[in-house]
Amino acid sequence: MYDVIIIGAGVCGAAVARELSKYQLKVLCLEKENDVANGTSKANSGIVHAGYDPKPGTLMAKYNVLGNQLIQQLAKDLDIPYRKSGSLVLAFDEQDMQTIKQLYQQGIENGVPELSLISKEEVKALEPNLTEEIKGALYAKSAGIISPWELAIAQFDNAVDNGVEVELEQQVVDIQKQEEYFTVITEHHGKTQQFQAAFIVNAAGVHTDTICAFISQPKFQIVPNKGQYFLLDKSQGDLVTRVIFQCPSKAGKGVLVAPTVHGNLIVGPDAVDIEDPEDVSTTAKQLAYIQRVASKTCDKIQYRESIRNFAGVRAQGLIDEFIIEAAPETDRFINVANIKSPGLTASPAIAIDVVKMMEKAGLRLIKKSNYLSTRSMIRFKELSPEEKQKIIQQDHRYGKVICRCETVTEGEIVAVIHAPVPATTLDAVKRRCQAGMGRCQGGFCSPRVLDILARERNVAPETICKDKAGSYILTEKTHKG
Amino acid sequence: MKQELICIVCPQGCRLLVEEHNGSYQVSGNTCKRGEQYGITEMTAPTRVITSTVCLKGGRYPRLPVKTNGAIPKKLIFDCMEQINQLTVYAPVKMGDVILKNVLDTGIDIISCRSAKSNEK
Amino acid sequence: MLEYDLVVIGGGPAGLAAAYSAYQNGVTKILILERDDITGGILNQCIHNGFGLHYFKEELTGPEYAQRFEEMLKDTSVTIMTQTMVLEVTPEKQIFAVNQTEGYITICAKAIVFSMGCRERTRGAIAIPGDRPSGVFTAGTAQRYINIEGYMVGKRVVILGSGDIGLIMARRMKLEGAEVLAVVEIMPYSNGLNRNIVQCLNDYDIPLYLSHTVTEIRGKRRVEQIVVSQVDQDRMPISGTEIVFDCDTLLLSVGLIPENEISKTAKVTLDRRSNGAVVYDDMQTNIEGIFACGNVLHVHDLVDFVTEESMKAGKSAAQYILNQYRHSEQTVMVENGEKVSYTVPQKIDLAVGEPETDLFFRVNQVIHHGIITVLGEDQQVLFSKKKAHLLPAEMEKIHLKKEWLTKQRQITILIEE
Repeated sequence: MYDVIIIGAGVCGAAVARELSKYQLKVLCLEKENDVANGTSKANSGIVHAGYDPKPGTLMAKYNVLGNQLIQQLAKDLDIPYRKSGSLVLAFDEQDMQTIKQLYQQGIENGVPELSLISKEEVKALEPNLTEEIKGALYAKSAGIISPWELAIAQFDNAVDNGVEVELEQQVVDIQKQEEYFTVITEHHGKTQQFQAAFIVNAAGVHTDTICAFISQPKFQIVPNKGQYFLLDKSQGDLVTRVIFQCPSKAGKGVLVAPTVHGNLIVGPDAVDIEDPEDVSTTAKQLAYIQRVASKTCDKIQYRESIRNFAGVRAQGLIDEFIIEAAPETDRFINVANIKSPGLTASPAIAIDVVKMMEKAGLRLIKKSNYLSTRSMIRFKELSPEEKQKIIQQDHRYGKVICRCETVTEGEIVAVIHAPVPATTLDAVKRRCQAGMGRCQGGFCSPRVLDILARERNVAPETICKDKAGSYILTEKTHKG
Repeated sequence: MKQELICIVCPQGCRLLVEEHNGSYQVSGNTCKRGEQYGITEMTAPTRVITSTVCLKGGRYPRLPVKTNGAIPKKLIFDCMEQINQLTVYAPVKMGDVILKNVLDTGIDIISCRSAKSNEK
Repeated sequence: MLEYDLVVIGGGPAGLAAAYSAYQNGVTKILILERDDITGGILNQCIHNGFGLHYFKEELTGPEYAQRFEEMLKDTSVTIMTQTMVLEVTPEKQIFAVNQTEGYITICAKAIVFSMGCRERTRGAIAIPGDRPSGVFTAGTAQRYINIEGYMVGKRVVILGSGDIGLIMARRMKLEGAEVLAVVEIMPYSNGLNRNIVQCLNDYDIPLYLSHTVTEIRGKRRVEQIVVSQVDQDRMPISGTEIVFDCDTLLLSVGLIPENEISKTAKVTLDRRSNGAVVYDDMQTNIEGIFACGNVLHVHDLVDFVTEESMKAGKSAAQYILNQYRHSEQTVMVENGEKVSYTVPQKIDLAVGEPETDLFFRVNQVIHHGIITVLGEDQQVLFSKKKAHLLPAEMEKIHLKKEWLTKQRQITILIEE
């Protein structure tokens, strides 16, 4: 019997898990995929928004501004790649100038710090590679960039260190409400399993409506909305140093051009409603659209330096607001739904309120005396020569570079395979230590990483997947001998 | 009978014309002697060199590259692969070592293309 | 800190040849730094034959070619350090590297040869739309899995790109029991050698789709379908021409890119056209004492040509170490003219080095009955040569005497039809 079951191991599930791990509670997180942060949380712009976009008085405004502050500390405590880069919203005409003035006012009302309206000259001084058509911009110094999946992974690692359990490949197929508790029924590798908990947090992203429906008629509906991206080589990574938006429209914040924390350039997303919440395909038409729109911001982007296209699905609802509330039937079932942008930024703030809501509903919160608030990683390429020498002496596997593009060593790969939430696939390794994330996209290192995975996990190489279950890489040995 | 062929003897890939008159062949378009020979062989009894790998035990890598040390009849390619696939070699092995003698009675051997020391891994 | 006369970065065919040549030309303190477990580079996985016809005058497989050079180096004083990754090279010719036994290493060199090779273009670089399942491999990665690790990567295969690597892999997959459904080429002609079309595709009845490309990848987890469309003259897909292949694997053989990340740390000037360093006719870069050769300089068709170029780089490096020569002011810049995509070298020093030089270049389109022409500054023809067929896939070479170029500051190579 658990105190709390969290359904969904995305960035909201991660924040709730970490928040709960501070207390003497038995907590379980159930995830249908074979890794945490493997849905919307891994495929988005990775922006820590300042908080001028949401309407004043909304939950989105409140959690965005608070989340922005919390993430700065979180990144330090949990060693998450993050940079307070600042952001610009560009105005190209008079209407845009009005829009950025409104955004400025909205930001001031929302309590966004370090916000200013700047002239074209000031914009060009900050970002010389932007186009000439700019009239002015809204400059938000508190905006930042973060590795979105690492925000989730680091919090889960830390939560697991503090006793939270994470069960992967557990598809929730039903939830039954008893007097004092819930029974969550899952499918795990084709077999049915049951888990009991007094409280449920529904953080299932694009599936929150389905999960909610097991308990009550949901008051919300998820309308999955897809956004596609270009990720470009580090050769393009310093075209801009801040997140560059165009003016938002009904479709959302629009196509941005931004550096990533790993030194690449990201361009996107578009916004298209889709039927299948698992559809993350890219299309030639939309990629061309993104290029066209982005060229208004910066016409110097060399798309031949593109290393990857990807798409993510926004867990968007019919209303323009987060839904953070208990199901009408029971205050022990909390929905964390409609988490669209700025959901990533807001997630740590949301988690604090979710835990408070459960406390109100009877969850007893007693602080752990042995709570471990930090987590850290060795990133070989960031070490000084002396530190490099020292770590190789301690563990020679740090002297073997496996990923050449990103300079990732065997030591780092082995470490993430044995992390609190272990990496079991090529992409899981990539998300944790960047092996395979570079310009050759794993061309050189994937056979070696696969080999290390099979060795460390003591499984046959044919069983290793690229990413989600079923994404096998090898079919069989070339000889039976 | 006339047949146009592309010579595969070397990367130059000369365009050959092979003409047959009562069982004797005339090759044109070739720029070397080996091209002429290829043209005739390709018409009468085409042959190919096979390269593949065999299972290697006790070496650094699990596979050892091998080849036929001469061309074998083209129609025997897949039979030859079947033979190769049954072979296991134990390190150490030297480049040029015969792994299988006289494969499929062709008079051609399967030989190692790389030396492999034992127990390096 | 270690000190060497010459440090060669990369122990593939280029590095091995450069080191051997430098030794032959009188330098003894030579170090090769190789990141893999063994030397030979990509040759180790190129188990097919067709190597060595120019240099060894016999047909060898890739591993044999590599081992021949390793054996030539055995009786020399050249030191080889494997499993050693170079992290940075400074313009002052300091090298920072790591390995498991020595840890963080600093090496000082009088001269350096860059021979890091190239990498493959990926799906991301050509933006193939669709799902992102497993089962999409660059041809070289698949080749590594099959020939070195001993694992098959799929059972039903479509290959995009009809360069030699794509063709070789089509045959290899077929020999190992896979079905190869199609080789797809966006250009109206193959970029591979004719001999490989014959012995890799025709021999096995593998269809080649010219003027076609992959327009969609389908499959949530593993590749399930590949959509292939015909393209128009501007290489844009023609809607309505889609062919759907049920398969589990897509191999990409869509080009190679020289790996110049370390060159950048050494402030070596790169040529956007070749994606490699700008070099003099002695293979020296703009940084004195740093030379480049092989696929890090420009992508070659044949390893034999890599060897030839690298022997030259090694020899020049030796002369640089022994004589400390400097490049003169009498330098001729080589420009691309009509129908030429790049040239190597880009600079010819009339006062220094050999009295003659080879000039390599590629054309940017198929040309029949062309005239390779070298023009001087005043448009006068300095050299011309007829050629029946010129193909982008085949590197061209002309031989120039420096005496023809005296008084020129710039020459232009172009093709007249």
